[in-house]
Amino acid sequence: MNKIGKQTIKLDMAPSILETASIVGPKEAQGPLAKYFDKCLDDEFWGESTWEKAESKIIKETVNTVINKSGIPSNKIDYCFAGDLLNQCISSSFGLRELGVPFFGIFGACSTYVEGMALASILLSSGAGEYALYAASSHFCSAEKQFRFPLELGNQRPPTSQWTVTGSGAGILAKNGSGPYVTYITPGKVVDMGIKDANNMGAAMAPAALDTLITHFTDTGRNPSYYDAIFTGDLGYVGKEILIELAQTKGYNIKSNYNDCGVLIFDKENQDTHSGGSGCACCGSVFSGYIFNQMKTKKYKKVLLIATGALTNSTTVQQGESIPGIAHAVSIEI
Amino acid sequence: MEFLQNMDWMQLLRCFVVGGLICVVGQILIDKTKLTPARILVIFVTAGAILGGLGIYQYLVDFAGAGATVPLTGFGYNLAKGAIEAVKESGLVGAFTGGIKAAAGGIAAAVFFGYIASLIAKPKMKKQ
Amino acid sequence: MKPINTTQEYQNYVDKKSPNSPILKNCFNAFWVGGLICSIGQIILNICKSRGMDTQMSGTVVSIILIGISAFLTGLNLFNKIGKFAGAGSLIPITGFANSIVSPAMEYKSEGYVMGVGSKMFTVAGPVLVFGISASIIVGLIFMIFNTQNITFV
Repeated sequence: MNKIGKQTIKLDMAPSILETASIVGPKEAQGPLAKYFDKCLDDEFWGESTWEKAESKIIKETVNTVINKSGIPSNKIDYCFAGDLLNQCISSSFGLRELGVPFFGIFGACSTYVEGMALASILLSSGAGEYALYAASSHFCSAEKQFRFPLELGNQRPPTSQWTVTGSGAGILAKNGSGPYVTYITPGKVVDMGIKDANNMGAAMAPAALDTLITHFTDTGRNPSYYDAIFTGDLGYVGKEILIELAQTKGYNIKSNYNDCGVLIFDKENQDTHSGGSGCACCGSVFSGYIFNQMKTKKYKKVLLIATGALTNSTTVQQGESIPGIAHAVSIEI
Repeated sequence: MEFLQNMDWMQLLRCFVVGGLICVVGQILIDKTKLTPARILVIFVTAGAILGGLGIYQYLVDFAGAGATVPLTGFGYNLAKGAIEAVKESGLVGAFTGGIKAAAGGIAAAVFFGYIASLIAKPKMKKQ
Repeated sequence: MKPINTTQEYQNYVDKKSPNSPILKNCFNAFWVGGLICSIGQIILNICKSRGMDTQMSGTVVSIILIGISAFLTGLNLFNKIGKFAGAGSLIPITGFANSIVSPAMEYKSEGYVMGVGSKMFTVAGPVLVFGISASIIVGLIFMIFNTQNITFV
């Protein structure tokens, strides 16, 4: 394991993604990717009394699912990295309090899923363990409650707004495995281009995604066509367009093999999700469900996954601060 | 159905048009600025109170009836009017008591119904 | 396209790239829904007056009934659908004020009746009361000092 270029980590003993799992809510279940998820809920409460409890249950059951699918008992898992969007990351810590695995709570806003995957990979690659687990969750209703308005408030969503994905994604990494392997990690810097509109997160995060994308290519010497597919986490339609154009100005053409998880997860026309999906579970469930499946079936052999996050909260928005963005990239190859 | 025969249809039309136009002003504010709903409600209630205090809003109320009183500007107008009338009656104290006294029914109803709704109803996910 | 270097350039670029709200459609919906709600108010007002109530009392009855209907629709999870369609058409009439009190009351029930329902009820509508009441007191005081309504403005 060593650092190459400005900020990229090359993993010589590349850990392998053993298994992934995803659970999503009812709206995601009506979307185009429904068949790739392990479980689709038909009720956002999932039998719980509050949104927060429901989100905890979702991440807990997702982790249980990935443990069952992988066949690795939880006492053999050395570390767990998990996070979510709620204050003090309570969904993941409450949901996973009975897991009994050493736990690192992490926050990277909607980039948490890849942040967890990257940190777990580094730990395994250093030789500090055999298996590591990572997970992230978000819930439309708990996010609306914390960041925006009560659900029953009769307000209109502007066309640039995004829809928080209800669900969770989780994965188990093994030090030795048969792939797909996490080969390179490019952790992102906090990038703030001064966007203040909390209803336009895609535009706020796109510069961070661009920075990480370009840095990854310069550090590794690769170019966009090296990858079968490049995915960003939740830039949505607005952010996706911006990233394509900004990358063009820097001399990289990503138009042909690039897509965004927030664009993929919903059907824009029929589901009225405006600029697309967002939230930790957006990248989390789309990678755990769809992209990992495509890699298993060898449709994609080399994937660059860049999860994006808007590092903001309702207080900073009210105080008129701009929205800093972050993006972490992992290169996953068979 | 006797009230249908006694209905002043022109009055109803004026009410519809003025009420609708006040809402259109709000809609333009929503779409053209990035104001949150709370800010827009505040702007409307304050504007209503100022126009009411200047005596201008009264003309609109006389012209459009509920078309001017039902929008939140009418709530502000009502508060201001109450304060002015109470000042006429009881001076300085009236400035403090008049506004809420005039709007008491609406405020109390909203608080009470809100409490009742929270007892019975549960929030549900927006389907779209 | 030219490379973007400053935040101002980026803001201008984002403004250009971001889709606008369908303002004509929104205004049309706001117009007729708002007009309709006011008309319902007018009909109630006329009924009250025909029963012999004075203007002030009739106005209060109109407010209470419209607020009641709005609270009822909010409780049935219907008001947000109307609001999504009508925008300011349901927000600006007194129904929007009622919805902004009832919706947080329902949402924060999970934090208990005192610190949840009781204190969070005014998260959206609180400012309306603060600024509305303050404005009315200021208007009352100014009237007391200058007697403004004797001055003709129009």
